[in-house]
Amino acid sequence: MISAPAAIYLPVVPLDLVAEVLSNTHLASDYNVLALAAPGIAERSLPGQFVMVKAGDAIEPLLRRPFSVFEVLKDHGRIVGLSLLSKRIGPSTRLLFDSKPGDLVRCLGPLGRPFAPIAPPDEGWLVAGGVGLAPFATLAETLRARNVRVKLYYGARRAAELFYVDAFERMGVELVLTTEDGSLGERGRITVPLERDLQARSGAGNVTIYACGPEAMLAAVAKLADASGTACQVSVERVMGCGVGGCYSCVIPIKTPGGGWHHVRSCLSGPVFRGDEIKW
Amino acid sequence: MNLSARIGPLTLKNPLIAASGCFGYGTEYADLVDLSSLGGIAVKGLFLTEREGHPPPRIVETPAGMLNAIGLQGIGVHRFIDEKMPELRARGAVVIVNICGTTLQEYVELAKILSDVEGVAALELNISCPNIKEGGITFGCSLNGTADVVSAVRKITRLPVIPKLTPNVTDISSIAKAAEDAGADAVSLVNTFLAMAIDVETRRPRLSNIVGGLSGPAIRPIAVRMVYECRQKIRIPIIGMGGISTASDVLEFMIAGASAVQVGTANFIDPLIWPKLLDGLHSYGERYQVQNISDLVGSIDTSAREKEWISS
Repeated sequence: MISAPAAIYLPVVPLDLVAEVLSNTHLASDYNVLALAAPGIAERSLPGQFVMVKAGDAIEPLLRRPFSVFEVLKDHGRIVGLSLLSKRIGPSTRLLFDSKPGDLVRCLGPLGRPFAPIAPPDEGWLVAGGVGLAPFATLAETLRARNVRVKLYYGARRAAELFYVDAFERMGVELVLTTEDGSLGERGRITVPLERDLQARSGAGNVTIYACGPEAMLAAVAKLADASGTACQVSVERVMGCGVGGCYSCVIPIKTPGGGWHHVRSCLSGPVFRGDEIKW
Repeated sequence: MNLSARIGPLTLKNPLIAASGCFGYGTEYADLVDLSSLGGIAVKGLFLTEREGHPPPRIVETPAGMLNAIGLQGIGVHRFIDEKMPELRARGAVVIVNICGTTLQEYVELAKILSDVEGVAALELNISCPNIKEGGITFGCSLNGTADVVSAVRKITRLPVIPKLTPNVTDISSIAKAAEDAGADAVSLVNTFLAMAIDVETRRPRLSNIVGGLSGPAIRPIAVRMVYECRQKIRIPIIGMGGISTASDVLEFMIAGASAVQVGTANFIDPLIWPKLLDGLHSYGERYQVQNISDLVGSIDTSAREKEWISS
């Protein structure tokens, strides 16, 4: 670890690095994994934290975009960088999709509140929708290192968009896969097997659900968790301007005592929240 | 180069001020930026009471700019004084409090409350937010409304009074003049340009508020022109802003007539921008042997152009 000044407002003092692209792996049509030489950020990041990224120095696209840290990259045990799991949906993600090794990417992080990890005998059930898989590679690694039993519920539109399944298997993660077209795993949404398993559950420990994906999926998962009395942490993605609390664009309504709600910034108070504290 | 900037009775150590609405309450940046290294911090606009603002989506990116419709979410003046001011004082920040009212009386009340607070350096009157219907911009869009707010606040505070002007008017320089005549110590301009963006696939507005304020490099040339126009018409200092992202942009505003500047949107992209801007100002000072940055204010040369000898 590099020594860093103590953070007062943020979980850790973030670094802003101009990181070289180490590799860019295209997965399916619009998806890529971008490896960045940002070891200082990778070293400090905890599962669920994010980075604010901008490809190039042009004024268009103007703003950075938030990405979960997907992997902490190591070479012979030494941390050399981090990777992002991205889906090409607009100009910024197109630049990231088209990046070549050696290109420079501005990377600020780590930012945000991470997942709270659990310990045995509790089990961790990770629920991922699409690129919502991103924060779970590092979370699964952390939980498995603690000998926590981990299941990954992972849904996508089709088989070709279920990524890194082997890597999770190698970590000893049990997989439950669904696709909307039925090309791999169960056909339909990931909440169907999740609900079934929550109802059928019997075990020594409690279950904590960790979820990341489209907001409608998060709302459904939080509802299932509530109904079954299961602890649930969700990682939300809101349109973010700065990532550090300056712009107030990424707010999400949080329940307040007495049935009210209050807007909090998901960059500072999140992106990880308890499923039952959000007013869905 | 001596970077100090005079804003009426206030002397700032440099002309760089964090723009209101773009720097939270300042404390958010305390882990990243030496708050005392800035000329000042215009904190997020404060009402008397807490506000939740608009539902998301609150921002959308547009060519070389962004629209925002935050709706002035905020903790209210009392919580600001209790929860944020001690930290800002401890860190040596020069605090310019941006105040927003729905009525004249609310501006007066806010000014009264803040006048007794240690560490408040100036009041910026938000009479220009394009995103809330009540108060605010309705004052800033008329000569009388501007004069009413400025003179009412002027009467009850010894703090420097700096109305922040909207560009969404026919002639911003006449509004600036009305502010000067009503006793303003300086004016800051410009707030964002009222704008909108539509998703053609869904035919829905991209902001929940339908319309929002445009900021960023896209507006800079218009803002520079407005600073230049106001400089011709008023004698009080101007704090210029609109799309500043580089030291060259800072200088452009100052040469047009701004005594200091505010940086907003660029801080979202690069929260560590402040020392870079200061370095850029110093190297310009060296290059042109400028002793005081204040010597550059309004130094635009509009004399007839001589033909330049371009060697080929």
